[in-house]
Amino acid sequence: MQNFGLYKLGLAAMLSVSLVACKSTDEEAAAPAAAAPSASSNAAAASNQPSAAELARQRALAKTVFYFEFDKSDLSQEDRDALVYHAEELKKNPSSKIRLEGHADERGTREYNLALGERRAQAVERYLQVQGVAAGQMETISYGEERPAQQGTTEAAYSANRRVEMVK
Amino acid sequence: MNMLRSLTLLAMGLLFGLSVQAQSQQLVIQITQGVDNPIPIAVVPFDWQGFGVLPENVTDVINGDLRNSGEFAPLDQQNMLSFPHQESEVFYRDWRLLGSDYLLVGKISRSANSQLVEVQYELFDVVREMRVVGEVISGTETQLRDISHQISDVVFEKITGVRGAFSTKILYVTSQRESNLVTNYQLNLADYDGGRAQVLLQSQEPIMSPTWSPDASQIAYVSFESTRPRIYVQNLSTGAREQLTDFPGINSAPIWSPDGSKMAMVLSKDGNPDIYVMDLRTRELRKVTTHFAVDTEPSWTPDSSAILYTSEQGGNNRPQIYQVTLSTGWTERVTFEGTYNSKASLLPDGNSLVLIHRYDVNDEFHLAIMNLERGTLRILTNTQLDESPTIAPNASMVMYASKSGGRGILNAVSIDGRVKYQLPIAEGDVREPAWSPFLD
Repeated sequence: MQNFGLYKLGLAAMLSVSLVACKSTDEEAAAPAAAAPSASSNAAAASNQPSAAELARQRALAKTVFYFEFDKSDLSQEDRDALVYHAEELKKNPSSKIRLEGHADERGTREYNLALGERRAQAVERYLQVQGVAAGQMETISYGEERPAQQGTTEAAYSANRRVEMVK
Repeated sequence: MNMLRSLTLLAMGLLFGLSVQAQSQQLVIQITQGVDNPIPIAVVPFDWQGFGVLPENVTDVINGDLRNSGEFAPLDQQNMLSFPHQESEVFYRDWRLLGSDYLLVGKISRSANSQLVEVQYELFDVVREMRVVGEVISGTETQLRDISHQISDVVFEKITGVRGAFSTKILYVTSQRESNLVTNYQLNLADYDGGRAQVLLQSQEPIMSPTWSPDASQIAYVSFESTRPRIYVQNLSTGAREQLTDFPGINSAPIWSPDGSKMAMVLSKDGNPDIYVMDLRTRELRKVTTHFAVDTEPSWTPDSSAILYTSEQGGNNRPQIYQVTLSTGWTERVTFEGTYNSKASLLPDGNSLVLIHRYDVNDEFHLAIMNLERGTLRILTNTQLDESPTIAPNASMVMYASKSGGRGILNAVSIDGRVKYQLPIAEGDVREPAWSPFLD
C-alpha cells in the first residue's frame, strides 16, 4: 500500500511539471503579438519593428502541433516550412531539447495506433534531422489514441487528434 | 451425495484481497440479444435460515448469470406456484405447468459455532422428474457472491455440457477527463459481470493492454507513468509490482505464452515496432520479426509454438494478420479479405481466429471470427469502433470494447453471434477488457 502512496505523489509532481511547460509555450507564442503595438507606438524605434522575414519566423516557431491525414504520416508543405525554422533554433541552441509526441485518432486497434503515432513522431524527427538537428536533441514518444486532444467521434475531432506535438 | 467445498473459496478471497483505495466505477450488464429458444429454468429464492441480512442475494446473482449467458430464461418469481427449498418439497407438476424444464432450489444457514455460512442447493430435471446434482458449499458471508457464481457454473455445465465461466474475472481500463490537461486512468479488476469492481492502479498517464498470466496469479500491462510506455508485471495476491522493460521507444502489447515461461511483446528500440519474446526466467530477449514495417499485437497459438501478429508488411496502413513459427522463423500471411485485420487471437480449438476487421476503407471496424480451415470470415457485431477482443476461458463468449453515444463501453457476444450484452459505466470511458483464465 505504501508503494502506491509514493507513486501517487510522483504523479502529482509530474503533472505540475507539465503544467509549467505548457505555460511557457503559451508565453512564447504570445510574445510577438505583445511586442508589435509597443514598437509601432514609438516612432523613434521604428527600426526595431520586426521585418516580414522575422514575423514569418515567429509565426513558424509558434506552430508546435503538426496534423496528419487519416492513416498517414506524411508532413504537409506548411509544416515542413515551419520545421525549417524550428531546426534553425535547435541548431543555434545545441543544448536545447525537444520531445515529439505522436498521436492517432481512435479508429482501429490501440496497439496498432501506438505504432502509427510513433511513425508520425519519427516523420517530424527525421525531417529535423535532415535539416541538421542533432539526434541527441530530440526524443520521440507515441501516445497512440490514448490522449485525444478533442473528445468525440466526429471527423473534426479525429483530424484534431491525428497530430505530433512538439514539447520544449 | 452432498459434497463440502470451502478451501478453494478461502484461497480466492486472499488472492484478490489487495487493491488501491479508490472508487471503481461499476459496470452494469444490459442484455441486448439472447438465443431464440432459451432454456426455461426456475430458480426459487434460496431460504435464509439465520439472523440478519446477508450481504448478497444469492438467487439474484444466479438468475443474473443464467440470463447473461443468453442460453437461459429464468422464471419470474411472481409466477411461481410453490417455493420449495429441498427435494422433499418439490412437486414436479407445479413446474411442468409453468413450462420450466429445470428447477434450482436451495437454502443458506450459518455453520454451528463458526462465522461461515453453508449454502445447500439442488438442481432438478422437471421433464425427467429427477435430481441432477446437489451439494453444500461453505464460506464467509463476503464469499456469497463467489458461491453463487460457482452454483451457476455447475448448473450451466450440467445442462449445456459446457463448463461455466461465471467465476471468472475481468481486467479493464477506464478513463475520465477532468480537464483539457488532466485525464485520470484506472486499471480495474471485477467479476466477469462487472460486480465487485476494484481499482488496481490509477495514474494521470495512460494505462494500456492489461493481460493475465496463464495461472491468473499475475497480470501485466503498459503504463506511461514514467512518461514513456513501459511494461509492468503485478502479482495479484501480494501487490508486488515490477517494471519488466525499459527499452527506448514503444514497449507494448505484453502477452504470456500459454505455458507461462515466456512473454511476447512489442519493442521499437531498433526504429520500428517488432515482435520479441522474453524468457521470463533468464530475461533473455529474442527478436521474432525483423520486417521494417509495423509488427504488433502478438498472440500465441495454444501450443506456444507460434505467434500470430498484426503487420503492415503487405502495405502501409493495410494491416493484416501473419503467423510466425518460433522454431523456424517461417512466416505466413493468414488474412486476405478486407482492408484492415488486426488484434487476432485463436480460440482454444486452434481453428478459429477472433479479430478486428474492416472490409472497405470507409466501413466500420467490427469484431469478426474466421474459420482457418475454410478461410471464411464472419462479422459478429453491429457496434461501432470495435477493438480489444478477449475470449472467455470456456470459449463461449468474446468481450470487446466499442463506442456508443460517443463513450467507450464494453460488450460481449457469443462465438455464434446469437447472444449479446453490453457493460457500460455511468461516467467516462471503459475499454480494453481482459478475461481471466479459469481461477481454479
